[in-house]
Amino acid sequence: MTQTQAPPEGTATERGHILEARKVTKVFGGLVANRDVDFAIPYRSIVSLIGPNGAGKTTFFNQLTGIFQPTSGEIEFEGRSIVGLPAHRIVERGIGRTFQNIRLFGDMSVIGNVMVGHHVRMSSPWWASLLRLPATRAEEAATRQRAKELLELVRLPRRYEEEWAKNLPYGDQRRLEIARALASEPKLLLLDEPTAGMNPGETANTTKLISRLRDELGISILLIEHDMKVVMGISERITVLDYGQKLAEGSPQEIRTNPQVIEAYLGRQATTE
Amino acid sequence: MVASALRRAVTIGLVAGAAALYVGLVGLVEAFQPRNIVTGYLGLGTVMLGIIAFVAGYRAGAPMRVGRGAVAPLGAGPILAASLLAGAIAGAMLGALVVVMDAVNLQVMLVSASAGLKDALMFTDDAISSALVLVGLSAAIAVVAAALHLLPERIRRPITWSLVTVLLISMLEPIVRVMLVQLDAQWSFLPFGELANFLYLRGGLTLTATIVLLVLVPIVIVGWANRDRLRQRRERREPRDDELIEDIADTTTRPRERRRLTTSQMIWWGLFGLFLVTAPFILGVRLSEVIGTVGLFVLLGLGLNIVVGYAGLLDLGYVAFFAVGSYVTAVLTSPASPAFAPELSFWAALPFVMVAAALIGLMVGFPVLRLRGDYLAIVTLGLGEIARILFLSDWLAPWVGGAQGILRIPPPEPIGRDPQQLYYPIVLFCILAAIAAWSLANSRVGRAWNAMREDEEVAEATGINTTKYKLLAFATGAAFGCIGGAFFAVKIGSVFPHSFDIEVSINALAIVILGGIGSIPGVILGAAVLVGLPELLREFAEYRLLIYGALLVAMMILRPEGLIPNRQRQAELRESEDDDDQYASDAGAETGEPVITTGAAG
Repeated sequence: MTQTQAPPEGTATERGHILEARKVTKVFGGLVANRDVDFAIPYRSIVSLIGPNGAGKTTFFNQLTGIFQPTSGEIEFEGRSIVGLPAHRIVERGIGRTFQNIRLFGDMSVIGNVMVGHHVRMSSPWWASLLRLPATRAEEAATRQRAKELLELVRLPRRYEEEWAKNLPYGDQRRLEIARALASEPKLLLLDEPTAGMNPGETANTTKLISRLRDELGISILLIEHDMKVVMGISERITVLDYGQKLAEGSPQEIRTNPQVIEAYLGRQATTE
Repeated sequence: MVASALRRAVTIGLVAGAAALYVGLVGLVEAFQPRNIVTGYLGLGTVMLGIIAFVAGYRAGAPMRVGRGAVAPLGAGPILAASLLAGAIAGAMLGALVVVMDAVNLQVMLVSASAGLKDALMFTDDAISSALVLVGLSAAIAVVAAALHLLPERIRRPITWSLVTVLLISMLEPIVRVMLVQLDAQWSFLPFGELANFLYLRGGLTLTATIVLLVLVPIVIVGWANRDRLRQRRERREPRDDELIEDIADTTTRPRERRRLTTSQMIWWGLFGLFLVTAPFILGVRLSEVIGTVGLFVLLGLGLNIVVGYAGLLDLGYVAFFAVGSYVTAVLTSPASPAFAPELSFWAALPFVMVAAALIGLMVGFPVLRLRGDYLAIVTLGLGEIARILFLSDWLAPWVGGAQGILRIPPPEPIGRDPQQLYYPIVLFCILAAIAAWSLANSRVGRAWNAMREDEEVAEATGINTTKYKLLAFATGAAFGCIGGAFFAVKIGSVFPHSFDIEVSINALAIVILGGIGSIPGVILGAAVLVGLPELLREFAEYRLLIYGALLVAMMILRPEGLIPNRQRQAELRESEDDDDQYASDAGAETGEPVITTGAAG
């Protein structure tokens, strides 16, 4: 792990990866949150990132979306580096995300939240908005229409459209966050614990939704999730982080039987007994 | 519960009494007493004390809060008892003042405890009996106020409105009377002059006019309500009263939905437009000038509203933009500009003012990009002062004249400095600014600003270039402020650094807060109330800041969302009071019922 490796041959795209992170390290003061994490997401796949609390999953996420900059290492999206780009530029490139603790624009309408998500795909400049040019109004109407479709896609009832985002039930708020992320037309969607706090019925719906996003829209998905049923059910590949380092990587079957993973999750006793 | 209602009544009575004493002892009652409300019978000073008793009684009879968010109405007995108690306590405190003032000369310590105040409070010749009268009157007013809680809405509304109308028409005497006199001069065949004489006498309403209004207003309101009800009955079955209340709550807690203008709305807008065009001639010189001043502050308020209301950036140095607008206009147009005097016309200078505005907006914006909330407020406060000091400084004096300022700014061609003519460009630009603000607010830009105000980090992670939109907010706000400044310069005809102190920023912010943060009609009303009224009611001038402060505190307590709230912001403020009711509102949303927080009913 610690010995220096030659950079891999060819480009990430040639290897079929929409995103590649190489030796990503993030240090906060004296605390190493991520150490030399190598990580890749193939096109049109569902990949999960799991690990105990505090393993550095969300920190890793935040580096992919430009909220933090990695201390060292390289992140490539569709063959181009995204290190150093501000968050909104990364959204423009095509990475959308949701948040672990739901962070909607609570005092905006549900549809308004989704329309904010579409912001990067709108092109009218501010002075066109000021003058209310026909093209701008058409774009605005199209955005509203698109937002409605997305709300339908995530199965939010139509009557919620003009409701305050914060008034929605918990599960619907999570779905709204997904709709907002989808509105930016991402090629890669990062979901941070999308089923946290949901009841089994809602969890099943969300799982189904995630599969549909990949199957019908062709979006690659990276998932942080604690619910093992969800993770094992839909992921093609799983990466396990522990103490900021990559512990294991493989198919759900491989991860399930990996002794190191079991040890990290359940403690040493579990493996010896 | 009755015991706790009475306890509350005692507290309210003591607070009201303290308020009444305060109002009396700072000299407000005496100062306002000469202002007639009903000439010969009631002065504004007495009315102020009466309003205090009224509010005390109304509050004392209000439903009790039981637990968070829930309220329980009181029965008739407790309501009357509680209000009687509150009113009597407040009255007794004033009565005590009268007795003390009669016995010793308080003026040694309290300058305003004067004979005038005593006159206003003495209803009989004897201090003791006057005190008793005060107790009785105060209690009676309080009981009447509390009794409103017992009446159904359809009776309560006409009563409160008739009282408010009488007070308003009387207070607005300077406007209304001048208007009627002007109209009379134009169309002498219509009985406007007679109407003016019928309504007003020596600055207040006549007794007959008061009585007529008290009778007429309820009739009109009841008639209007019946008309609505008939129409509703025609359209569908008549909704019950409680359903109506639910409907109202429903629309106010929900975000804006698109609506089309009905014919009657179009007629009202048409009439309003006609009024705007003819206003200077109906209102006369003095009022046109007041409207011009209000218009300047509408421009400032609309601009600041973009920065504070939409983008959520608390800017306390807004005066900087106002100053730059004035000075750029002055330098470019005045022949007296010290170093550089191109003597452009006002209209030719305006584009340069806008460019300067955008630049100064960016100059203020850049250094504060990373600051939020309190820090932003402090830094912008400093920047505002820096602007004033720069214009005053020796360093810039060769260009802008230092303390001497720049004189002889020509009025905009072809309009003179006559307020009745200057009115038009100011109002025109106010309308343009309002339209511009509205267009931006309801677009991609406004949405980005709102998102930024809600959560800057998430806005950035959702794809909004927060740097760009912050700067855009500052630049737009600056443009509005600078246009305001340009009109200020031509309106006064000269600029001096001392016109641009912190008070301008505070006024603009107060306008935005009073009117309703993020609300365009609110800004207009806020400017009319905070700038227009003091101009008209000269009695207030001395106490302006006191009233400002009291008004803002009262607003924050009673109506934090402002007079004409932005619906969005209203829900935000109302519901944060009831955060613990998360589950209740969740349940409401789940069953698809409108979420009504009880807090919003009050």
